[in-house]
Amino acid sequence: MKYFDYAATTPPFEEVITTVAEIMRRHYGNPSSMHRYGEDADKLLKRSREVCAAALEVYPSEIVFTSGATESNNLAIKGAALQYQTRGKHIVTVSTEHPSVYEACRQLTNLGFEVTFLPVDAEGHVSAEQVCAAVRKDTILVSIMHVNNETGRVQPLHDIGVALKKQFPRVLFHIDGVQGFGKLPVDIRGWQADLYSLSAHKLRGPKGAGLLFVREGVELFPLHSGGSQEQGFRAGTENVPVLVGMSKAIRLAGERQVETARRMTEWRERVVAEVKTLPQLRLNSGEEAPHIVHFSYPGMKAEVMLHTLEQLGVVVSTKSACSSKLAEPSRVLLAMGCNEAEASGGIRISFGDEHTEQDIDELILALRKAVAKLESLERWKR
Amino acid sequence: MHYDMLLLRFGEFTLKGKNRTRFEKAVLNHVKLLLKPFPGASLRKEFGRIYVVLGGEPYEQIIQVLQKVFGITTISPVKMAPVELGAIIETAVALMRELNVTEGTTFKVNARRVWKEFAHSSQEMNHLIGSPILREFQALRVDVHQPDIELRVEVREQAAYIFSDVIMAVGGFPLGTNGKAMLLLSGGIDSPVAGWSSMRRGLEIECVHFYSYPFTSERAKEKVIDLARVLAGYAGRIKIHLVPFTEVQTAFTRTGQDNLIITLMRRSMLRIATMLAEREGALALVTGDSLGQVASQTLSSMNVIGRSTELPLLRPLVMMDKQEITEIAKQIGTYDLSILPYEDCCTLFVPKSPTTNPNLWVVQKIEASIRDLNVLIEQAVATTETLVLEAGGAIEGRKEEVIQEDWF
Repeated sequence: MKYFDYAATTPPFEEVITTVAEIMRRHYGNPSSMHRYGEDADKLLKRSREVCAAALEVYPSEIVFTSGATESNNLAIKGAALQYQTRGKHIVTVSTEHPSVYEACRQLTNLGFEVTFLPVDAEGHVSAEQVCAAVRKDTILVSIMHVNNETGRVQPLHDIGVALKKQFPRVLFHIDGVQGFGKLPVDIRGWQADLYSLSAHKLRGPKGAGLLFVREGVELFPLHSGGSQEQGFRAGTENVPVLVGMSKAIRLAGERQVETARRMTEWRERVVAEVKTLPQLRLNSGEEAPHIVHFSYPGMKAEVMLHTLEQLGVVVSTKSACSSKLAEPSRVLLAMGCNEAEASGGIRISFGDEHTEQDIDELILALRKAVAKLESLERWKR
Repeated sequence: MHYDMLLLRFGEFTLKGKNRTRFEKAVLNHVKLLLKPFPGASLRKEFGRIYVVLGGEPYEQIIQVLQKVFGITTISPVKMAPVELGAIIETAVALMRELNVTEGTTFKVNARRVWKEFAHSSQEMNHLIGSPILREFQALRVDVHQPDIELRVEVREQAAYIFSDVIMAVGGFPLGTNGKAMLLLSGGIDSPVAGWSSMRRGLEIECVHFYSYPFTSERAKEKVIDLARVLAGYAGRIKIHLVPFTEVQTAFTRTGQDNLIITLMRRSMLRIATMLAEREGALALVTGDSLGQVASQTLSSMNVIGRSTELPLLRPLVMMDKQEITEIAKQIGTYDLSILPYEDCCTLFVPKSPTTNPNLWVVQKIEASIRDLNVLIEQAVATTETLVLEAGGAIEGRKEEVIQEDWF
């Protein structure tokens, strides 16, 4: 079986697994304890923070460890909203955001916040002009993802960040960086981001670990209250083993980014070329993020395509994993102007750095076979 | 943005005549040390300047590192072009494109023909390069007196250098060109600033820290090591001597002279630091004293405490306000560490009313009454642990049982 669902999650690095197990065994101390066990755990935590900060080119004091990107995004959005609600109660985000941003924003509307969900063009992009035009006097936060998790579309973060901060320096800028780091260059300072979310398990790290970059000077209303861990932004005993595992995965992903992108881009181009030769399929992306190819089989339920490919030994996904069990068509594709049929037939193929040329050969062959198989069924049905 | 080199300019020491070569060498060595994490980058020295050839390394990060090098006053990122007018113009235009030219931005070209065989004179080049730029960027205006952008072009035999940005660096004297001193480093705000200020004047610094386990925690010690690591970011590497001070300190608590205990402690610290200085070849002690800040820093206290050493006692912050010191601490990146809430040995056993006016004769008499004080002091020196901290992480001289680098 070949796994092509790296955008959903990735198999952890073998070294990460060993490290996490080793630390669970040896350094189980609570990093907040006074004694040696605590001090040791605290040293590990500190080093993880330094390693993550170095990979992101920010200060260690700006890293808040969380349980993953869903928590990071919630902390960024709700934390900023609750903290700065006296400045205003308006948030700007995009209609194609990940559920953990989208739903967090929607939830805030129940608390009296107003949210502008910006539309995207047919390519899935939002422009700096659009963002700035949506900002009002009472806007406190703009939240935009780096790479779309379904289609691989890349938002022009540099343009948006620079334009936004030039006109509205007080509006906070949050970036959901989950699908971008390790695949594309990341420039938190250049993008003028105040908040930036990452998740470990998308980078071949362990699940249950993530981080939020909180620019120096930015305050957030903590969502978990309790101890003063993570500078008071996030109470709760830190999960030292998986956080160390995360720092290793982030470091490796950062170091290998250029090489990873080069190889993945080649594969993506091959798969995209193949999809283009199959008239039944409609390409929804494939020119931007190097690790995602997204297409629809209009009229065919995505699930059928997914299972057919699985029978042929290739694992792909429909929509994002976080919402793939819902029966509705993809919100992201609808926002990009797809019709219901297209939006219900979306298939996402996502690569990892350990794929080989041969894996791609198999994938392409399986695609061809699957389409032929389903096509004949279609004809028979007619 | 794409740059090929960084141009580093020197500061006041270029006025120093014969010693200039020695100073330049010190800067060069310091730069070399800090460039270790960037293996692609290499150095080229020319008269009065250093160039860092980037070799694909990230220039912004390197600038950040080199801004900390004492003796360097400014840094310019440079683009290179072949010595051919067309290529020079093209590169100059490309550089302008990367600068933010808006309506009314003023500029001038300042060309220098260092290689006299080049066909166009400096004056000619100003025009030859200026006109295509003006054509390309309609919003630009020329101002030869106070331009927003001064585009500099240097034509040399091997290549033409094109640059405009001038980024401020820390200045001062190259590290170590004025000798070596021992810095008494506590976990507070002042002493790291005192250390940095001394380094900026060309002093090489080694740190001495006194800890009182179990009265102070391991974390207090770690915090001071972290502070020293920040200083190592400026020095490339730095030594820290960790002195176990508990025995000496507790000996004073038995004298029943509560209000003098700080005075007594400080004198012993200076004695220990002096012995370490002599061992390491340092010629002075540096402290973070600031006149009047606490009881041990009144003039009268300074007098009694200072007499315990024969080495010159340098107090770079002596006339500064707390606010000025805090500002510098923030700038050099020690402030956030300094305010971490771990007790150090100076805040321990602080009496209710420490004297601001100790009597030297009384102090000496108490010291004489502690039978084995000298032994305790010598023991403290003998059991001192020395670590070498490298800029960017590694710690030599310590058995790190907890951190295994291959975990990260």
